[in-house]
Amino acid sequence: MSGTKLTPVITAHWDDDKPWSIDSYRSHGGYSTLKKSLETDPDDVIATVKDSGLRGRGGAGFPTGMKWSFVPQNDGKPHYLVVNADESEPGACKDIPIMLANPHALIEGVIMACHAIRANHAFIYIRGEVPHPIRRVHQAVAEARAAGFVGENIFGTGFDLDIVVHGGAGAYICGEETALLDSLEGLRGQPRLKPPFPAVAGLYASPTVVNNVETIASVPYILRNGVEWYRGFGTDKSPGFKVWAVSGHVQRPGIYEAPLGITMRELLDYAGGIREGHEIKFWLPGGSSVPLLTADHLDTPLTYEDMVEAGSMLGTGTPMVFDETTSVVKAITRWLEFYKHESCGKCTPCREGTYWITGTLEKFQGGFAEEREVDELVELCNQIMGRSFCALGDAAATPYPGALKYFRDEFTAALTQRPDEVFDPSATMVIPSPTGVAG
Amino acid sequence: MSTTSHEATDSDTPTVKMITGTIDGTDVTVPDGTMIIRAAELMGVEVPRFCDHPLLDPVAACRACLVEVEGMPKPQPSCAVPLGDGMKVQTQLTSEVADTAQKGVMEFLLINHPLDCPVCDKGGECPLQNQAMSVGRPESRFTGQKREFPKPINVSSEILLDRERCVSCARCTRFAEQIAGDPFIALLERGAQQQVGTGEEPFDSYFSGNTIQICPVGALTSEEYRFRSRPFDLVSVPTTCEHCASGCAMRTDYRHENVMRRQSGDDPEVNEEWNCDKGRFAFPYLQLERLATPLVREDGQLRRASWPEALRIAADGLNAARGRTSVLTGGRLTMEDAYAYARFARVALGTDDIDMRARAASDEEAAFLAGQVAGSCGPVYRDLEAAPTVLLAALEPEEESPIIYLRLRKAARSGTKVVALSPFASPGLEKMSGSLIECVPGDLAARLDDLDGDTVTALSQPGAVILVGERAATEPGSFAALTRLAERTGAEWAWVPRRAGERGAIDAGCLPGLLPGGRPLSDDSARQEIATLWGIDVNDLPTGPGRSLAATVSQLHADAAAAAQADSADEFSPDLAALLVAGVEPDDVPDADQFLTALDHAPFVVSLETRSSEVTARADVVLPVAVVTEKAGAFVTWEGRRRPFGTVMPQPTTFTDAVVLAMLSDYMDLETPPREVDDLRTELGNLGAWQGARVEPVEVAAGAAQKPESGEAVLASWRYLLDLGTMQEGEPHLAGTRKPAVVRISAATASANGISASDRVRVSTDNGAITLPVEVTEMADNVAWLPLNSPDSQVLVSLGALPGDTVRLERGDS
Repeated sequence: MSGTKLTPVITAHWDDDKPWSIDSYRSHGGYSTLKKSLETDPDDVIATVKDSGLRGRGGAGFPTGMKWSFVPQNDGKPHYLVVNADESEPGACKDIPIMLANPHALIEGVIMACHAIRANHAFIYIRGEVPHPIRRVHQAVAEARAAGFVGENIFGTGFDLDIVVHGGAGAYICGEETALLDSLEGLRGQPRLKPPFPAVAGLYASPTVVNNVETIASVPYILRNGVEWYRGFGTDKSPGFKVWAVSGHVQRPGIYEAPLGITMRELLDYAGGIREGHEIKFWLPGGSSVPLLTADHLDTPLTYEDMVEAGSMLGTGTPMVFDETTSVVKAITRWLEFYKHESCGKCTPCREGTYWITGTLEKFQGGFAEEREVDELVELCNQIMGRSFCALGDAAATPYPGALKYFRDEFTAALTQRPDEVFDPSATMVIPSPTGVAG
Repeated sequence: MSTTSHEATDSDTPTVKMITGTIDGTDVTVPDGTMIIRAAELMGVEVPRFCDHPLLDPVAACRACLVEVEGMPKPQPSCAVPLGDGMKVQTQLTSEVADTAQKGVMEFLLINHPLDCPVCDKGGECPLQNQAMSVGRPESRFTGQKREFPKPINVSSEILLDRERCVSCARCTRFAEQIAGDPFIALLERGAQQQVGTGEEPFDSYFSGNTIQICPVGALTSEEYRFRSRPFDLVSVPTTCEHCASGCAMRTDYRHENVMRRQSGDDPEVNEEWNCDKGRFAFPYLQLERLATPLVREDGQLRRASWPEALRIAADGLNAARGRTSVLTGGRLTMEDAYAYARFARVALGTDDIDMRARAASDEEAAFLAGQVAGSCGPVYRDLEAAPTVLLAALEPEEESPIIYLRLRKAARSGTKVVALSPFASPGLEKMSGSLIECVPGDLAARLDDLDGDTVTALSQPGAVILVGERAATEPGSFAALTRLAERTGAEWAWVPRRAGERGAIDAGCLPGLLPGGRPLSDDSARQEIATLWGIDVNDLPTGPGRSLAATVSQLHADAAAAAQADSADEFSPDLAALLVAGVEPDDVPDADQFLTALDHAPFVVSLETRSSEVTARADVVLPVAVVTEKAGAFVTWEGRRRPFGTVMPQPTTFTDAVVLAMLSDYMDLETPPREVDDLRTELGNLGAWQGARVEPVEVAAGAAQKPESGEAVLASWRYLLDLGTMQEGEPHLAGTRKPAVVRISAATASANGISASDRVRVSTDNGAITLPVEVTEMADNVAWLPLNSPDSQVLVSLGALPGDTVRLERGDS
């Protein structure tokens, strides 16, 4: 059926008995090359990661090896690795499953990354609303410590490492790396003014690398199998494999690990296609913060570059799929309500813009918006886009213009008729409602 | 103070790297690191802004100042991006992107801002209002519901917060954290619900009022000014603060004949743009209980009198006591008025009995002030900021000279080390990241003499400064020790008085044995110079040295005792026959009772005062004088910097002290001395600095702290900035932000005396007792600290004891 094969790496053994245990991880080669990695010159480790072409999986796709190389050396300051496990993007659900099912890939990646950037202290900042992965990662750190992979003088190499697992307190903004650092320092989570960038003055004003869970969890496999192996997956500019979390109106929502460059059509096939009797209306490649796409884009390769070309972004690589039962007006309103709720309040465009836009979108939902507001909302989004302090504002300004591009009629229709009257709310539910409409 | 000059040589001046960028097509050259918004200002281009403040770290939160920078994909906040060499910037004047971005932000800022400008204190001087006019749309497109909060709420008893008006610029919270070091307000919640708020403590910072002034909207207001006036109804006059020797530039705003508010002036060399809450809010006293007419005593009662009648009685009384009159000038006179007293005492009264110190003082101090402080110039605020180390002796800047505190805190944030000789590390010292050298009252001279090697080394670095407070007067030998330390280390030093008028009075010659400009009364050529200036025969100048305030009080008591012994009144002639008193508060004198009975004993008392007091109640003639807003003059800062100010509200019926003394001279049939401020200032200025021999120091052996017995402690005390000072009367909301009075003792002292942390402590002498809650503090053992003049803690009045004295210590009644 599909041209692109699934390539389970991080997810390869999730059907094991207790795949999260250190024994399970080790039985599949986990930690087997850690000693060798720690004995390798840190700069060579960075070079390997650079050569692999691994790009950040948190959404921005920044080359990981390059980020590591920005950390100044011999500066006399402690260095820190901070793992951004504050996965809170609407529609994104990949880091939490990785931490639940394969936490040791993350831990081993942390050890390797810390060695590379000369850090003796790593923090894993996990979203506060998800106690299960917090517990599981805590347990994994304890197992790794008991096994001698974490602690003092690891493998007698003289390398010391302590890993601290920290639970957040429930703020989307703390997924923004500098807000995360403030939160980790015990301050109110709000983004910091850059420069200085974290690589120069991050946690406790020391050089800090902030990486996504999936990024770090990919590192052990790259170091174990080599650059060539890794570059065998994906495309030239977007090499490697990716944990795709497909959700929405598909038959089998879930995690599919496949190389970058796979198409949405192929992923849809793996997910069993759209719900029986329905057709795709729109989809988003990576969370609510990227512009939506339509059936016309199903054959566009899911790479960083191709998604930008198609007018969207790869984002977190967690496609959300919506069929024709979905009201675009309602979906966009939900997302904006989220951004309004999560705006940290620091900068004017995001704080006030999300307040205003959400209020207007709620009028569309109620069927009493004014015609001028259809385009006024685009202007308001433009007043946020590129003007806000951090990317949260940009994210909030993204959904509406993207939706209007393909579904303007739906918004103008909402001027006179409530979306709920056109789109039966129960029809769009994935879980069968008591009346048994959806399936 | 040292004799070395302050003129920087070329080699001292750090080279500033200059860069050239382009703003709106015009090249501009600025020091490297200059933010775009500042560089644009220099060219006359005003970029809108709310969160930006030149004295606060940039935060780039409001986004009002976005400009286009070539090569950058997004518009950049000009408040947080330094102009780069070759950088091409376009502001709203030439860039559509910048213009649209700024207008968009302004539109957003207004959607949740209430339209209550007509009743808002800020209306008419509001940056939001002004910039909405220049950048905003004529009509809002927003038709939704505005965010609502209960309004206003008190963040302290003085400061009110209207969260609906707040635009979240964080100027107030950044000021509290970065400048004052009192982060009692912070931003809470998130999104549109983000708001300024307090934690468990109210915003009781001595500098809280500055937040009102820098708030770009009307979110912060004061109880004192709220709803009392509109900015456009006010007349604004630049003034100098009369509350302490920090010398803040201020702006006094009045309407009709009432001062409505005072704000900090902008003087980068002194107070930058800040002042303390005492300077800002403590002005209602100016209009309290003013004396309207002269008073004279008749049949034991004071009655109102005309000026000619009162002047006649005063002149006759003083003429009769020529050569036997003592002059007490307090510490609050302007330099010009002080000069008029210095001259009046020597010329009209033929006396050298003159003392401006209405506080604990010593002869050693008088000689030091006359010999080394009068007419000198020492380190200035800028030197504090540049100093590698600043040693504080008998000085608690946050309480006693708050702008020194702010400057030292700023300095400490960029590396200056502050070291304090004190019984404990005060909150102020901690906020300056300072370190403590424990010093029990009485030990200061010894501590200065045996500073540890590290401190001596630090003070030997070029630019190191020693600041010594007026409390050193109660530390025997401390001035000699200070002089030795300065010689040993080469450190510069300055003496810091508390009151605004003390330094000017010293320069003007209001000390026994001291003529204006640091001239010793005992020096022949100095005497000749002054006699010529004053148009008298040099032999008519008193020889002195005259009596200090303390000696005057003793003499009055001695005279009274002698009179009681004398057989008849005719036979007895007192050594002191009259007193001329200006603005002395009895409660500030070490022994108020003794001072007041001395006034009772004095045969003839003339009081020049602004309002009724315990002194006027004992005077034979009371002559009303102008308050600070009714006259021009100058105060002299602790640095020796003159701070001239003009009249705020001329009053046809009030006169300066100098004018009243001139009128008295007329009535005494003497030649009229200069009376106008300009003439006095010119005369004093023309006199210039004295190059001859100075008043010799009085050698006093270094003191040693008392050794308290069991159940006793050494008293340590100083004033809180906000206390029972009479110039703070009439402003209850300010009083509400005072620090609570506590007794501080060490844990060992507490347990030795059976006192636990929740107890109250009774501190007593034979004169009386003070009972306060205890605050167990890391500090010297067997020392008890309590505030000198706070509610329930009036040390001088209740205990009759001075710092360094032994007091009894016990658990008080709970």
